[in-house]
Parts: sequence; C-alpha cells; structure tokens
Amino acid sequence: MKAQPRLRLRLSVAELVLVGALALAILVMAQLSPQFLTVRNFFEVTRFVAEAGLISLGMTAVILTGGIDLSVGSILGLSAILTGALFHAGWNVWLAALAGILAGTLAGALNGLIITRAGIPPLIVTLATLAIYRGLALGISQGQAYRDYPEAFYTLGQGYLGPVPVQLIVFALGSLVFVLLLGRTVFGRALYAIGNNETAARFSGLPVDRVKLVIYSLSGLLSGLAGVIFVSRLSTAKADAGLGYELDAITAVVLGGTAISGGQGGIWGTLLGLFIVGIVRNGMTLAFINADVQLVFIGLILIAAVTLNQVLRRPGRR
Amino acid sequence: MRQVIRLWIAVGAMALLGMAFAQKQITIAMIPKLVGIDYFNATEQGAKEAAAELGNIRLIYQGPTEGRVDKQIELIENFITAKVDVISVASNDPVAIAPVLDKARKAGIKVVTWDADANVRDVFCNQATFAGIGKALADDMARQVGKEGEVAIVTSSLTAPNQNAWIAEMKKVLAKDYPGLKVVDTKPSEEDQQLAFRVTQDLLKAYPNLKGIWALSSVAFPGAAEAVQQAGKAGKVAVVGLSTPKQMKPFMKAGVIKSVVLWNPIDLGYLSVYAAKQLVEKGLKDGDKIVTKRGTFTVQKDDKSLQILLGPPFIFTPENIDKFNF
Repeated sequence: MKAQPRLRLRLSVAELVLVGALALAILVMAQLSPQFLTVRNFFEVTRFVAEAGLISLGMTAVILTGGIDLSVGSILGLSAILTGALFHAGWNVWLAALAGILAGTLAGALNGLIITRAGIPPLIVTLATLAIYRGLALGISQGQAYRDYPEAFYTLGQGYLGPVPVQLIVFALGSLVFVLLLGRTVFGRALYAIGNNETAARFSGLPVDRVKLVIYSLSGLLSGLAGVIFVSRLSTAKADAGLGYELDAITAVVLGGTAISGGQGGIWGTLLGLFIVGIVRNGMTLAFINADVQLVFIGLILIAAVTLNQVLRRPGRR
Repeated sequence: MRQVIRLWIAVGAMALLGMAFAQKQITIAMIPKLVGIDYFNATEQGAKEAAAELGNIRLIYQGPTEGRVDKQIELIENFITAKVDVISVASNDPVAIAPVLDKARKAGIKVVTWDADANVRDVFCNQATFAGIGKALADDMARQVGKEGEVAIVTSSLTAPNQNAWIAEMKKVLAKDYPGLKVVDTKPSEEDQQLAFRVTQDLLKAYPNLKGIWALSSVAFPGAAEAVQQAGKAGKVAVVGLSTPKQMKPFMKAGVIKSVVLWNPIDLGYLSVYAAKQLVEKGLKDGDKIVTKRGTFTVQKDDKSLQILLGPPFIFTPENIDKFNF
C-alpha cells in the first residue's frame, strides 16, 4: 500500500504527456490546414469519434481487468442490422433501436459467460464471437441494406443542439458515467484489483466473475448503442457496419496509457487517446494527406506514446 | 537566416502575383470506391492526365482502403470542411451517401458522380449504358461465331439487375440483327468463379453443338474461359464477356478468348475531371459539349439531373491489351 501515492503521481505524468501530445497535434494540424481550427470542425471531429468513443469506454474497463473484447465491431454490426430488420418488420423505430441495444448487451453478456464459466481467455472467446456476431448480421440481412427510417430517428446521428452534435451529448454522458464508475465506486476499484492480481482479488473475496460478466455486458451495451447511432448517422443499416472498430477502440485505450496487461489507466487517458487519433486523422484529411500515410503516422504515434509511458513508469527514472 | 526568410518572402510574392494572372484554381476531391486496386488506379491515371492538361486543377484523389460507404462519407464531410470546389465520387451506396452530398451542395460545392451513381449529384459520368453493353456483346459474338448457331449465357445471379438489363438488350439486338443465333440456355453463377466453371462444363456437355458462351461478370468470365480451355474447346467455342483486361490476358494469350468488353476506366477518370472544370467555370446544361483531347462528349438530361455518356464500350483485343494495366 506504500506504492499507492507514487503510482498516482506517475499516472498523472503519463496523462500530462498526452495532454502535451494533443496540444502539439492541434498546433501542427492548424499549420497544415486553415480550416482545422474552427468551432465547426471541432464538432465535426466529435461526430466522427463518438461511436468508436462509446465503444472505447467499455473497452477501457475490459482492458483494466486484463481482458480484451475483439467482438465490439461485430456487435455494433449485429445491433445495427437488428434495429433495421425489426423496423422493417413493422416495429416502432425506437423500440427496434432498444431491441438492438438489448441484443448487443446480451451478446456482451454471452462473451462474459463463456470467459468466466469455461475459463477460455478473452482474446480467444471474443475472436470467436467477432466471427459469429458478424456472421449473424450477414445471415439476418442477407447482404441487404435497411433504409428509410422516420425523420425523427436521424436526430441521433445527424441532429444538432445549437452547434453541438447530438451524439456528442450521448458520448459525454457515457464518459461521465464511466469516469464516476471507475474512479468513485467499489465496482471501479474491483476492476483495478482484478487487473493487478486476479488471484489475490479472488482470495480477498471480490466477486471476480460477476464483475467480469458486468463489464463485458456493458461493453456489449455500448457497442449496441454505437450501432444505433451508426444507423442513424448513415441512414442505413448494413452488415459491414463497424468493421474494424475494435482496433480503433483498442488504439484509443492503449494510446491513453491503459496497460494492456490491466490494472493501470483510466477513462481520461482513453478520451485523450481518442481525440489525438481523431484530430490527427481529421487534420491530415483536411490537408489532403492520403489515408495510407495517415495509418502509418497513427501507428508511429502509438509506438511513441507507449514507449514514453514505459520510460516514465520505469523505477528510478521519475 | 534573415536572408533565407527574405528569399522566401520574395518567392511567395512572385507566386501570389503569378496566381493573380493565372486562372482561378479549382480543387477537385475525387473519391473512388476504394484505393489500391488496378481498376481505380486506372481512373486515377486518367484524372491526373486531365488535370495536367487543364493546368488550373488541384486534384486530390483519396478513397477508403475498403469499399465502404461510411468511410467515403467521413472523407466527404472533411472535404466539405476543407472547402473544396468539387466532390467527385464513385459511390459505394447511392442512397446512404445522398445526405452528405446534399450537405455538400448546400455548402456551394459541385457534386460529380462517376462509375457508380448516387441519388444526389449535379452530373453523372456514365461509363456505359445497358443498351451499349448489350449491343457490344451481341455484335462481338456474331463477329466471332457468325450469324447462325446455338449460344448460351452464364450470368451472375438470375435476379442481378445489371445482368438482366444487359441480357434484355442483347436479346433485342439478336432478334433484330442475328435471328439465326439461338440462346439455348441461361445459367446462374452467383458471383462464384468455381460455379461458373462447373455450369460451363455442364453447358458444354448438354449442348455439343454450342458455338459460343456469354459470361456476364468479371467472375463468370474467367470461370467460363477456364472450363472451355480445360475441355480442349479453345477456338471451337467462343467465350465473350465483361471483365478487366489484366485478369483475362492469360486466356487471350492462350487463344481461348478473342476479346474483352468493358469501358476504358482511364477515359472515365479523364472525363470526370473535364466535366468538373466545365461545371464550375461555365455550368452544364442539356446539350452542352465537353471538348477534350480524348474526344468530345455530350451532356444529356436524365431522370435525376444531367449525365455524360463515355461512349460505346471499349473492346480489348490481342492488339491493344498489353497497353492496359488494370
């Protein structure tokens, strides 16, 4: 317990580094394009990152316990397809969306159940469900796209409150809930304890399996919610929705300083990581830099950030 | 250091002066369905050629790495923020992309579509009409097998709209110009090359007098050609179809096929840039002509706005196929 205050100090240093990186990214991008540093563009960026952002909230919690959830992009796709299919089967669109989110939650819970009951590593379980959920989405839709939703449904992904996109409000609320959940509750502390030493957590009487079941369900719920926003933003539900989103979410979490082995990190870091990637991508597109260059650049930033984090965490180099 | 700065200021001033005398620069953001495949590299080549000829074009050619409409939409949202003059897109989904194109038009940006149309646009550069493709396929078969005999069709799926429209147009031409060519069977291959191979084998067995096969997709064509080749009927049973030249080149070199029907994607990319420039500088209306070094194209009214037809389909033959790398 002596290490506690020191650990805190180091984490804040890591987050300061990220704040610096974000400021640097904004400065560089503002040089690259005159349109970058505008209020309008800032809100556009938040529209692009909201869906991956919601998913990365759940992903942060999952990774904090030393787990991973590769199925999030497929859950997004499955929820999107269910929303579309149910609406076209005659359901009320909001009821269909709710059912889509519920299905996402159940898909996440199923991940949690297999991980805790069968004792298979999360990487393998969610790799399998990544394929299964995507397969279900393809099977239900038969490659068809579901469109023509009522106008009111589009507010979720295309609407604005003043200058603020509606999905930013949803994302901000979700972030707030997760900041409180992880930082201020017993449940949050249990996540860190499990990630630091699962065996010790078990012996000290923490309901490890139940906690895991809840976080994988939450991860599914957020992916489902992201799926509904996705459908609303694109006015279309298609089985390839959310393809590759798991990588965007994991990138944000790891860039944000959460240790991939669990136990260290948090939501603030993830939010910083998310916006660094979002801003770099947006700024480079505004400067007409090709997607291939962007990918290489984001990879380099990731390696640099994680290396810096490790150096800062190394004992004796504080 | 100060001298260097002075030098740059001088250079900058001259550049500004130069720009004031030159034509206004037009920024065109061109978005293919995806990047990194031969077909869309060819459209890029044509677009760059046109931009170089015209001089006052700043061409940005960027697309998603997979053929996904959500990535295209994000690119277009960014290009609206970047205030480009023209957004020129080969859409992955004509309906889903419409709202963002509408947003672009409301922001004063001209919208051109090419290769694959969208529901909102100022003008569509259409690479081929159904009638044009149908006629080219029918004529090419008659050229190879003569005006009499049994022929069959390997299509993609029996409900595929493009293929069905081509077949309908082909049959019109057959009825009018080649009544002696009899279509004895139409088999689906479901965008599966192995299935195309098998149904072609079945056709060859079921109709020993078969003189020719149309293979109506870039998957069905190589499948059918391979079946004819393996049956030892190269040169005896003609295979006519739609595909890209690079994919079909081995069959052409082996003498299994004599032609590939398609359009020239280099011309398509080229035309789209000329059309964009004229749209921005003068506007386009029904009957306008677009004069380029690769030919003159006519603007026509259609059900949504305007379209420009690239012309009759392009036929790749053993003489010209080596010039194309897509």
